[in-house]
Amino acid sequence: MDVMRRHFWIFVFLGAALAGAAAFAPTAHAVLEVDITRGNIEPLPIAIPGLSPEGLTDTDTAAGTLEQLGAKISRVISADLERSGLFRPIDPAAFIRLPTAAEVRPRFSNWRAIAAQALVTGKVSLEPDGRARIEFRLWDVFAESQMTGLRYVAPPQNWRRVAHLISDAIYRRLTGEAGYFDSRIVYISESGPKTQRVKRLSIMDQDGANHRFLTSGEDLVLTPRFSPSRQEITYMAYYNDQPRVYLYNIDTGKHEVLGDFPNMTFAPRFSPDGNRVIMSLAEAGNSDVYLMDLRTRAVRRLTTHPGIDTSPSFSPDGTHIVFNSDRGGSQQLYVMRADGSDIHRISFGNGRYATPVWSPRGDLIAFTKISQAKFRIGVMRQDGSGERLLTDSYQDEGPTWSPNGRVLMYFRQIPSDAQGEGGSTSLWSVDLTGYNERPVTAPNDASDPAWSPLIR
Amino acid sequence: MLSNGLGIRIFIVPVLAAFLAACATTPPPETTPAVDDSAGLPAAPTDDVGPATPIGPDAGTQGDLDATAGDRVFYEYDSAELTATARRTLQAQADWLRANSGVSVILEGHADERGTREYNLALGERRATAAKNYLVALGISGSRVGTISYGKERPADPGSNEAAWAKNRRGRMAVN
Repeated sequence: MDVMRRHFWIFVFLGAALAGAAAFAPTAHAVLEVDITRGNIEPLPIAIPGLSPEGLTDTDTAAGTLEQLGAKISRVISADLERSGLFRPIDPAAFIRLPTAAEVRPRFSNWRAIAAQALVTGKVSLEPDGRARIEFRLWDVFAESQMTGLRYVAPPQNWRRVAHLISDAIYRRLTGEAGYFDSRIVYISESGPKTQRVKRLSIMDQDGANHRFLTSGEDLVLTPRFSPSRQEITYMAYYNDQPRVYLYNIDTGKHEVLGDFPNMTFAPRFSPDGNRVIMSLAEAGNSDVYLMDLRTRAVRRLTTHPGIDTSPSFSPDGTHIVFNSDRGGSQQLYVMRADGSDIHRISFGNGRYATPVWSPRGDLIAFTKISQAKFRIGVMRQDGSGERLLTDSYQDEGPTWSPNGRVLMYFRQIPSDAQGEGGSTSLWSVDLTGYNERPVTAPNDASDPAWSPLIR
Repeated sequence: MLSNGLGIRIFIVPVLAAFLAACATTPPPETTPAVDDSAGLPAAPTDDVGPATPIGPDAGTQGDLDATAGDRVFYEYDSAELTATARRTLQAQADWLRANSGVSVILEGHADERGTREYNLALGERRATAAKNYLVALGISGSRVGTISYGKERPADPGSNEAAWAKNRRGRMAVN
């Protein structure tokens, strides 16, 4: 698996280097771009015909014929871009005629006629060694110019990753910001009655594909989080009725308890370099924040207050930690230096605040706000100013940031009726602007999502 | 005082008791010795059964605790403070622990769904520890009383309403 990943990447970089056609912005025409800082903008109309098979169209690859492969890739790209809320892929039924091959200049008038502003063309072929060669070009339809173009060589069964990489390249070129489509979600899959919920650690691509259960459901598992630097997840589990923080290696499938603590450890999260885990330890009924070095296993206590201190999250530069504490009488958000000094409260609105998570861009902190008998997802600046609530439901809890800090995912609980029926949990995402809220596909009820960094 | 979760046990206990009572009072099969001067007449078989005596669950079991002291105490919203009712229950539990000196227990701390997951884990631990500290203050050895928090993960009542939440904010004593 590892070897395959390395090879895959070597060829991606080679491919990118070989893709000669450099992007340029036309001068006579307004630059085609998507402003993602404004909410509720008109999504950009984009045409994404199936990538053209080159050579024998019915050539069988490990992932279907070349023709099928090209169609599947373009469908995944369309779905990625559509889900972002920033693009409106045009129904292929409206296309006037399909492009024949990617290097041929598209007949732009045909695409202008259906009001496409951007066009994605591409082709797929088979290398002699059985790998697929997949390339695409992004065109500005009105300027009649190529905006970007990349080639990838990868095992055909990795076509989904290639599609997500193409989506990321298109997103980056048109928004000026990194994409987030080549990423995964680790979360808790839920089933069974509310009083005896079965919870399983699970992982899937950000679009719900390649779903996998990582634990059997025999033991209660909660709050998984991705390592920013390795194929690792930290989470909490009740193995042998001992609630503790664990480390899970995605490649080896090995679970390992973190530390030898006499009591419950919980609320784990990685440091930005992935070398430390910050978490809560409950001792004599009081929860404080601790930091463990994953290499030396040395543990350092960061808070000593008799109030509850939990849900710690590092700033992306590693200098500060935001956490949840009731030391002032109710759940609020506090920021301290990474060594535990200079603790100060940042949330002062009406209500309680919980589950703070620092944006990967460093500018904002997402949280769950408890007020008016509801949980809502919101963001504020790191000094507590500029609070904005992004969702409104019975209970929206536990935000996680997309790798580019533009989208938040969280879980939504629907209330049960008087008979205890009808309560459900599911994953949702919302744009930082508060628009484009939509459900995230998962096979069962779902909670505690955590977004991975971009896959390396 | 007895909550929903107990209903099942209350039901089981009398059935079990009746079953045991029936066993205890069924006369053993008797063989009548052949006595020479009885003129060969067999003794009349008796169908006489004494009144059933209810018996409780075995001492020191969960069922015994549930029936004797009650297994749970309840808390206010976002609080680990022991109410007067909770303290009375804990006193009864302490009496029961003294009467069953070989038994150790785990105190489970639970929260209702109106708190976030991680905070509720901390709150459940705080609740369980508050109950444990009270038992220790009443003279129970801390080594006999463990704690575990389930936060909002194991509600007793699945409803999303005040009555359900009140039942879910609980500390439960589980016999080890």
